Amino acid sequence: MSKILITGLEWIDVRYPLSKMWNEHLAQYYAPKNFNVWYYFGSLALLVLVLQIVTGVFLATNYKPDSTMAFASVEYIMRDVDYGWLLRYLHSSGSSFFFIIVYLHMFRALMYGSYRKPRELLWIIGVFIYLCLMAESFFGYLLPWGQMSFWGAQVIISLFGAIPYIGEELAVWVRGDFVIGDATLNRFFVYHVALMPMILLALAVVHIIALHEVGSNNPDGIEIKKNKDPATGIPFDGIPFHPYYTVKDIVGVSVFLFIFCVVVFYAPEFGGYFLEKNNFFPADPMTTPEHIEPLWYFTPFYAILRAVPDKFLGVVAMGASIIVLFFLPWLDRSPVKSIRYKGWIFKFALFLFVISFFGLGYLGMQPPTPMKTLFAQIFSTIYFAFFLLMPWYSSIDKTKPVPERVTD
Amino acid sequence: MTEDIDDKSKRRFLIAATTVVGAVGVGFTAVPFVASLRPSARTQAAGAPVEVDISKLELGQRLIVEWRGKPVWVVRRTEKSLADLPSLEVKLRDPNSDVTDQQPTYAKNETRSIKPEYLVVIGICTHLGCSPSYVKEDDSHDLGSDWKGGFFCPCHGSFFDLAGRVYRSVPAPTNLVVPPHTYISDTRIVVGIDHRQGVA
Repeated sequence: MSKILITGLEWIDVRYPLSKMWNEHLAQYYAPKNFNVWYYFGSLALLVLVLQIVTGVFLATNYKPDSTMAFASVEYIMRDVDYGWLLRYLHSSGSSFFFIIVYLHMFRALMYGSYRKPRELLWIIGVFIYLCLMAESFFGYLLPWGQMSFWGAQVIISLFGAIPYIGEELAVWVRGDFVIGDATLNRFFVYHVALMPMILLALAVVHIIALHEVGSNNPDGIEIKKNKDPATGIPFDGIPFHPYYTVKDIVGVSVFLFIFCVVVFYAPEFGGYFLEKNNFFPADPMTTPEHIEPLWYFTPFYAILRAVPDKFLGVVAMGASIIVLFFLPWLDRSPVKSIRYKGWIFKFALFLFVISFFGLGYLGMQPPTPMKTLFAQIFSTIYFAFFLLMPWYSSIDKTKPVPERVTD
Repeated sequence: MTEDIDDKSKRRFLIAATTVVGAVGVGFTAVPFVASLRPSARTQAAGAPVEVDISKLELGQRLIVEWRGKPVWVVRRTEKSLADLPSLEVKLRDPNSDVTDQQPTYAKNETRSIKPEYLVVIGICTHLGCSPSYVKEDDSHDLGSDWKGGFFCPCHGSFFDLAGRVYRSVPAPTNLVVPPHTYISDTRIVVGIDHRQGVA
């Protein structure tokens, strides 16, 4: 039996580099041996991407992208399709968990300097993935055709209208109508189920190829490739990804699926945070709900938008808050990568940044009052200061000496 | 390929020329794809005028009709609210309706309407497109004791007066849009046709 398998594999290897790829990316990809819990989120993000594609394909078999039928078809999935409710809750909770995982994954990179040379491009590809994920989730949110779907999309597409001269025309072009309507729903459905998933998958592959080219960073921020065994060329501090990290990641997957299932089965709406209450009303172009807010993962940026008392500049500030991420690799001037060897200034700056990110996230869910707007302005200032002052504070920060080899 | 020739300028020229021709081709090919995403002929035709019967509209009442998928409000204003309009001018960003895109020329006047009594506006906030709420002077509200009635957008907190004029220091940059409309009788309005002119 095994002889047949080996012959079969040889037959394939002559025609397709199967063993070569297996070795390059798993069995002979040497990752630092000191990964901690923060290193689960890359593989978990891949898992959730697959989960979203699988549940999404099955949901699409019963969904109708037509403004007169969309809302009812979602209710049909929930009530009449066998296990339709499960597929939908897996998909809707999956999107929130996708963002939780991606935010933790990005925070890991912030802590350990995983965006620093030679991983600048890896980080940039990651920011593109994040942008695509936002677009994917925005397109998908219109599909249930509830009140929040409609008015959320109305507000976001109106942002294009703030661009001088071409704005209004551009917004009409994006919608395919003068208001959000059937044309918009139809095209958003296609973007959500075909265009964006293709781009996301392609970017995920490019992200992994880039990672395996430069090698993984680690909590010490040490380049393990600098200390190789002269005989084998394998880093002293590296262990093969398979079986060591594949097995470790299975533990992470188990813990994740446990938490995920608790939400899916016991709190799929998550108190209105994962599925908003107003979205259980069908879209009504004549009346805006009393209070509209984006889903939780967009609220920090929405708060930045509202903090600026000018339509165009608000849109600029919101765009800049994401674009600034692309420049992070060149803003950090610290001689060390990892937070373990950085001084108190960076730790304090990161602490303030996290506080203001959560603060903005909270304020973006609240109706605006003068007091809350003031807080949003303070937090927005800290958000931008974290990045824009980084060249200064990261270069004067007192760092600790970095050891030659990774610590355990 | 011969790499030992001295003069590569011909090769460079051919590469440049091919690139330019290719780019122009890609540009022209993109046109049908981009254009297919514009509103279709049917969508544009759906913007047909809408007739509104205002005979049953009470004083202070608001009627909502759908035109081009947008809410159009017809508000019958009281004598008092019309008299209040000039007193609000200091608080407004564009009291004289100087931004020409926001209304047809026949509505560029003190009341932003053809007949002072009836306000016809598109009920879409000029900030980010929410539909504001109609808050009358004597409704319960927390908009201050000097509120003379008007429209309040719950999304980002913009205010408009009963002529659809925007207040200062709110996110909305301009007044509410007055759509093209005309009277075909004393009690019937047509939205989508310009006053004393042809179809818009």
